[in-house]
Amino acid sequence: MQKKFSSDRYDPQGTARDDVSRRHFIKGVVACGTVAGAAGLMTGCSGDGDGGSAPAGSAERLISINVNGMSRNVDVMPNETLSHTLRNKLGLTGTKLGCDRGSCGACTVMVDGTTVNSCSILTHTVRSANVVTVEGVGGANGELHPVQTAMIEELAPQCGYCTPGQVVSGVALLQRNPNPSREEVRQALAGNLCRCGAYNNYVSAIVKAAGSA
Amino acid sequence: MKDMMPNFNLVQPADLASAVSALSDAGEGGWAMAGGQDSLDWFKDRVKRPSTVVDLSGVAELSGITETADGGVEIGAMTTLTDVENNAVIQEKFGVLAMAAGRVASPQIRNVGTLGGNISQDARCWYYRAGLDCYRAGGNTCYADTPEGMNREHCLFGASRCVAVTPSDTAVAVATLEAEMVIVGPGGERTVAAADYFIGPDVDIERMTVLEPGDVLTKIRIPGKWAGAQFFFEKVADRNTWDFPLVNMAGAMKVTDGMIEDISLTCGGVECVPRKLSVVEDIVRGSAANEETANLAATSAARGASPLNYNHFKIPLMENLVKKAIRG
Repeated sequence: MQKKFSSDRYDPQGTARDDVSRRHFIKGVVACGTVAGAAGLMTGCSGDGDGGSAPAGSAERLISINVNGMSRNVDVMPNETLSHTLRNKLGLTGTKLGCDRGSCGACTVMVDGTTVNSCSILTHTVRSANVVTVEGVGGANGELHPVQTAMIEELAPQCGYCTPGQVVSGVALLQRNPNPSREEVRQALAGNLCRCGAYNNYVSAIVKAAGSA
Repeated sequence: MKDMMPNFNLVQPADLASAVSALSDAGEGGWAMAGGQDSLDWFKDRVKRPSTVVDLSGVAELSGITETADGGVEIGAMTTLTDVENNAVIQEKFGVLAMAAGRVASPQIRNVGTLGGNISQDARCWYYRAGLDCYRAGGNTCYADTPEGMNREHCLFGASRCVAVTPSDTAVAVATLEAEMVIVGPGGERTVAAADYFIGPDVDIERMTVLEPGDVLTKIRIPGKWAGAQFFFEKVADRNTWDFPLVNMAGAMKVTDGMIEDISLTCGGVECVPRKLSVVEDIVRGSAANEETANLAATSAARGASPLNYNHFKIPLMENLVKKAIRG
């Protein structure tokens, strides 16, 4: 156990690498924070707007939202975006946060079958909707969606940061239009920036998936 | 971890009356939020700090598209841009609005962003957006209209201390279609013509529309007048997606036997309000819809323009768009 945090030391060769991955460590910290009710500390915000009594119609904080076919109970601040809830309270870190301003599309999720930037909607506005994240597009036993398989085959992901958003945009397109033209695919992916510039690979992958799905 | 926007009290009314009363209770600190695609950016940047946000997305009566008796359509202000773009009646009768709605931002934003919000959106001048104390923000200077100010995206017309432009694609379309805006506020309902809905800095430098605090834009009423006309929409921007127009142009023409019987032409991105090109309209009305008329009309398109240091290019852009609109 003493080696647990050894990766904090300067270790260019990686010889002291331990078996606790960075991803699991961060997820653990996030979960502890949520359990301890430390949301206020994490965000630097107080619980209620101005401490006074909330007017009629004010949003309740304890809500349940439907994510990937499951009803999840969660404590949601009034000013909390869906990406924040997904990543920091529900542990669904497949949804990435790029610009946090609705420009890049890395945080794309489906709300009732249409794509939205989860950084740019309040969680309270999707209380009665079905949210699907990249974790929810595959099969029940972890099989990849045809869009994901095709992206791997077409070598679409390079750094991979935009990939979850591209997957969700592609899956949503094929749900409403199973046989899109290449131009329709381009339009559907127009809100997903890829800094590596693998746009053609992503478009090809979705065209390919449309043929096999 | 990215930080969160400052906290506010979130009110989610289910009907219009509750929304209006929530806004009026909130007073100065109230903020009416439609799709939130611009609102949340303001909050995250700490430039606007409302104490109460009234989320209009739960008010069912604010969405939907219905045909009216005069052959027009009535569009709820909370109807998403995707729904406007894909609506069969709008595509068939008022194609210019469907085209404009389909050119806004990105698919994800059009799925949430609303027609009312897009029309009423605030200026994109980055000095203003950055939270500087410019005229529009209640201060006493303009950072864009200085010798070193970066004003490539700013106005050619109607500058009055502020040089910001309308950034909306759908605003030029509804102005071309001579729509009426239905507004509900604490004092009841009123209807405002598109020509009066958008206001310049000479009228009120801190607002882009006649909406007063506490008002809610409820409907956009498109009259039957231009139904089925020959439409034109083009947006020129630096990027093909997720960008605001440098200049955009919306046109509606009624052409019989090659003659332009009537025309409505509006240009965006050159003034704080959608600029109705009434001089061009007067010149071409009654002329043949051909190259010669288009070239003649183009010469008057940007007459009276006062370009800033970096936006002269908008003058030929306007002229060429007028040519394309009239050539058909």
